Amino acid sequence: MCNQAVSLVAAELERRGIATVTIQLLREVAEKVRPPRALFVPFLHGYPLDAPGEPEKQRAVLEAMLRILEDPSLVPPALVDYEPGPG
Amino acid sequence: MADLADLSLPVRMFLTAYRWRRIDPVPWAPPAKPLAESRVVLVSSAGFVLPGQEPFDDSIRGGDTSFRVIPGDTDPSALIDTHRSGAFDHAGLRQDPNLALPLDRLRELARTRRIGEVAPRHLSFMGSITAPGRLMRDSVPAAAELLVEDHVDVALLVPV
Repeated sequence: MCNQAVSLVAAELERRGIATVTIQLLREVAEKVRPPRALFVPFLHGYPLDAPGEPEKQRAVLEAMLRILEDPSLVPPALVDYEPGPG
Repeated sequence: MADLADLSLPVRMFLTAYRWRRIDPVPWAPPAKPLAESRVVLVSSAGFVLPGQEPFDDSIRGGDTSFRVIPGDTDPSALIDTHRSGAFDHAGLRQDPNLALPLDRLRELARTRRIGEVAPRHLSFMGSITAPGRLMRDSVPAAAELLVEDHVDVALLVPV
């Protein structure tokens, strides 16, 4: 439900000219709802930025979101897999 | 990895039968300017509120579609998890709210000039919304209007 809610917010923001990236935790939901730009992360529900108290891991997820915005090859709906680095 | 199979049987059955809202056509706003010049906002569906704000109400049929405004200078440790869903583990959010509303991380990105600046107001929803009609009719336009007023360029949205 969370995945759908943020996707619907994202769609309205895009209609208003604001570029968005949403994290998605369930691939099946992302493929059905189709947020404009999404990062599919391999984390458990409740852990969208990987791990609590681990700024490096959280930064890595945010950096992956920002890179989606900078990728001119993507077309809507863009669903990109997150690939965590070593460690 | 999150998977439908991780969820309890009743939740899984509900989600399997649920008619998801399909975004069609998919809108697409290319970034208006380089990220290093962009104002960035966070939108979380983790149900966070600040002390003094009304908690989210899980008794509302179809879901509480309201949202709370979280000022950009908020210390994330002040955020209170009021998401009532028992379908996920809340321990991480309670230990470190940056896990779903990463204001500390966003400020770091601004300090290193990876982004231009942190938006003045961020948005907190509670995501257990099974009937999104009211969300789309009322809350989403109001939320979008607020972010347009704040001249936001980029939004990063974080479900739980």
